[in-house]
Amino acid sequence: MKGDAMNFDDTPQEAAFRAEARAWIAANAPKQYEEPLRKASLGRLALDGATALEVAKAWQKKKAQAGWACLHWPKDYGGRGATPIERVIWQQEEGVFGKLSFLFIIGHGMCGPTMMAYASEEQKRNYLPPLASGEQIWCQLFSEPASGSDVAGLRTRAERDGDDWIINGQKIWTSGAHYSDYGILITRTDPSVPKHKGLTMFFLDMKSPGVEVRPIKQANGQSDFNEVYFTDVRIPDAQRLGSVNDGWNVSLTTLMNERMSIGTQITTGVPELFDYCGNLMLEDGPAIDDRAVRSKLANWAVKASGLKYTSLRAISALSKGERPGPENSIGKLVAASMIQEVAMYALDLQGAAGVLSGPEADAAGKFQAMLLRAPGTRVEGGTDEIMRNIIAERVLGLPGDIRVDKDVPFNQIPTRGRG
Amino acid sequence: MNFDFSDEQKQLREQARRFLAEKCPPKAVREVLDGKAPYDRALWQGFAEMGFLGVAIPEQYGGAGAGQLELCVLAEEVGRALAPVPFSSTVYLAAEALLMAGSEAQKKKWLPRIASGEAIGTLALFEGRGQPSPAAIKLAASDGRLSGVKLPVPDGAIAHVAIVAARSASTGRDSDIALYLVDLSADGIEACELANLDPSRGQAEIRFNNAEAEPLGEASEGWSLVTRLLDRAAVLIGFEQVGGADRALEMGRDYALDRIAFGRPIGSFQAIKHMLADMYVAATLARSNCYYGAWALSTDAAELPEAAAAARISATQAFQHCAKNNIQVHGGMGFTWEFDCHLYYRRANALALALGSQSYWEDQLIERMRQRNAA
Ligand SMILES: Cc1cc2nc3c(=O)[nH]c(=O)nc-3n(C[C@H](O)[C@H](O)[C@H](O)COP(=O)(O)OP(=O)(O)OC[C@H]3O[C@@H](n4cnc5c(N)ncnc54)[C@H](O)[C@@H]3O)c2cc1C
Repeated sequence: MKGDAMNFDDTPQEAAFRAEARAWIAANAPKQYEEPLRKASLGRLALDGATALEVAKAWQKKKAQAGWACLHWPKDYGGRGATPIERVIWQQEEGVFGKLSFLFIIGHGMCGPTMMAYASEEQKRNYLPPLASGEQIWCQLFSEPASGSDVAGLRTRAERDGDDWIINGQKIWTSGAHYSDYGILITRTDPSVPKHKGLTMFFLDMKSPGVEVRPIKQANGQSDFNEVYFTDVRIPDAQRLGSVNDGWNVSLTTLMNERMSIGTQITTGVPELFDYCGNLMLEDGPAIDDRAVRSKLANWAVKASGLKYTSLRAISALSKGERPGPENSIGKLVAASMIQEVAMYALDLQGAAGVLSGPEADAAGKFQAMLLRAPGTRVEGGTDEIMRNIIAERVLGLPGDIRVDKDVPFNQIPTRGRG
Repeated sequence: MNFDFSDEQKQLREQARRFLAEKCPPKAVREVLDGKAPYDRALWQGFAEMGFLGVAIPEQYGGAGAGQLELCVLAEEVGRALAPVPFSSTVYLAAEALLMAGSEAQKKKWLPRIASGEAIGTLALFEGRGQPSPAAIKLAASDGRLSGVKLPVPDGAIAHVAIVAARSASTGRDSDIALYLVDLSADGIEACELANLDPSRGQAEIRFNNAEAEPLGEASEGWSLVTRLLDRAAVLIGFEQVGGADRALEMGRDYALDRIAFGRPIGSFQAIKHMLADMYVAATLARSNCYYGAWALSTDAAELPEAAAAARISATQAFQHCAKNNIQVHGGMGFTWEFDCHLYYRRANALALALGSQSYWEDQLIERMRQRNAA
């Protein structure tokens, strides 16, 4: 019983890995940005746009040169071939500097694994190392004006022309397209078959002639996502990922791989709120001593710890060679509404002054920024409703929604786009 | 890191699940619910024979000498089956208190009897409304004799032995409270069953009238023992709640697949799907918090107080959430005596109040998080 009893101890090998990581980080991390990074939170960047890009790329490059980038990727593709537990150890040690990875989340979490599964060996050796080292940034070109949740309803066309494909259409909400070098792109290659059956996946150079990126101003005033227009853009057939008309399955692989890159750093707003309530004075003492405040805090705290231990369970399973269960699909669903509620509550505690979002605001306006960014979190990467559908159908085995368009050829589906 | 139960522990879970499926179907729970028996004697004897009662009791006291993780695994199954036996009072409270603070003689006398199913034990802490607190304890101890009234005492009417929290001084300090070990067959003790939300488990009033009692542990340590005992029991009851929550979720899911309305299974309506998805979310968060609690309990980690409070709050929420929505999924059928939904609803709400209710645990959690942050 003792041998494999529950424990959070490092094995001697893991302890050595941790010591090495800690020493390397201590010697190499960009310490001058530690303070602003510590204060950064959802919706509020630590550094302004251009500096952030530069600092994040420099840190990623330094990590890559020393073998600390994309730890779980094979060495040949720019990674370290590390175990899932070593990844967690790294994340624990990297601490706030991990926030500098924000630019690479989509590339490392979704595009890289898709390339690994479908690109040729030569392409993997060419494209993956600069993706791992942050020299090249990748974006994900899936959503369109008329197909977000219903992504299989997309209309961007790819038509064969010799050894090339010619792309025409429009993507939207593409995070980071304005600073991305490459993207993975899902297109329609056969409109005469049902919608899931006529899709094909590619990767492309974002500097290709005919690609036009137009930033969109978000509801919170920032501009992280874009519209991307394709006008007669040529993509060589060699950059096709998976078979022609098999793009839907390729996209599922992308999403499934996302599960394997589980992390333990989930943004919930709870540590921020806890600190805030510890310092905030109400009429009759510190907020944290107030019964009602405690109750709210406790309820969010157990959700946050529940999420943390859910991912640790998954990592533990992964490290034993088990496939992580579906538990992880709850992470974003729970965290996204929690952060929104947490922000609202922090403002409520401020009373009328909670409305201020400039330098006068409490906690330097952190909760105001969080409030304004949170609605996007509930939409991006699958809306709350889609996440609940996924849990109900794939985890609990409940019937799929009734789909009137499922077996109808795509070009006969009635449409109503927006705008 | 290994954040899962071992294969042996999982086998124990399977074994307990099969045993309970056979010996503790809902019909058995209803025998007690309907007042035909104060608890399921045959099941209790079966627990003893399977070694469940002494799983965490060392071998020298007649137990199996396994550990707290094994106990967590059993607790989950007990909760899942709604076993109508005094397992939590006897094992998580009385036996744990004896192990924590009992003298050699006290352990020798009671632990083997607990492990063999001969003795039922409990903790007599509460005296009416309110949260666990030294100030709430009025029952007086003087010269080794107790006088006062405890209620509700879980399984108090069927218990043979109780750990009693009593007041030995009135200085206003925690050290005023001492623990006593009381043989409930002694003179001057009267126990009577009280009507309660979940009649599949008893709640009693116990009157002590100059009753004989032995001190348990250091006299001045009584309150700190109570706090530790509650923390440890919180993790174990958390597992009962997780077991119950999972079962209520399964019942709801199965019914949603089976029941047809408007020409389709009700499980194809998004309102029902999303309700069940939210139940799954609550149950999963609770399970993960309880696993952390199990780790802290089994290693006696410094993190135990915080982990226990988080497990307790999360598991209480999950079981209540799943039990109430399971009834909703079942519609009118869910509101009949005949369907088992209300058994889970009753147990969920009764367990939510055992060991102090949510506001006590919320306070404990925040206090402990604050201490950690300050350190
Ligand atoms: C900040 C941000 C970043 C993003 N980044 C990217 C990116 O990098 N790449 C990319 O490809 N996309 C990206 N997206 C797009 C995102 O994936 C879509 O916005 C999302 O999938 C929802 O699609 P939609 O906007 O078309 O909304 P719709 O699908 O039109 O949904 C509108 C509402 O209807 C509900 N709804 C839709 N279908 C159902 C259903 N079957 N059952 C119940 N309710 C339903 C939704 O839940 C929602 O409430 C990003 C979005 C945001 C907000």
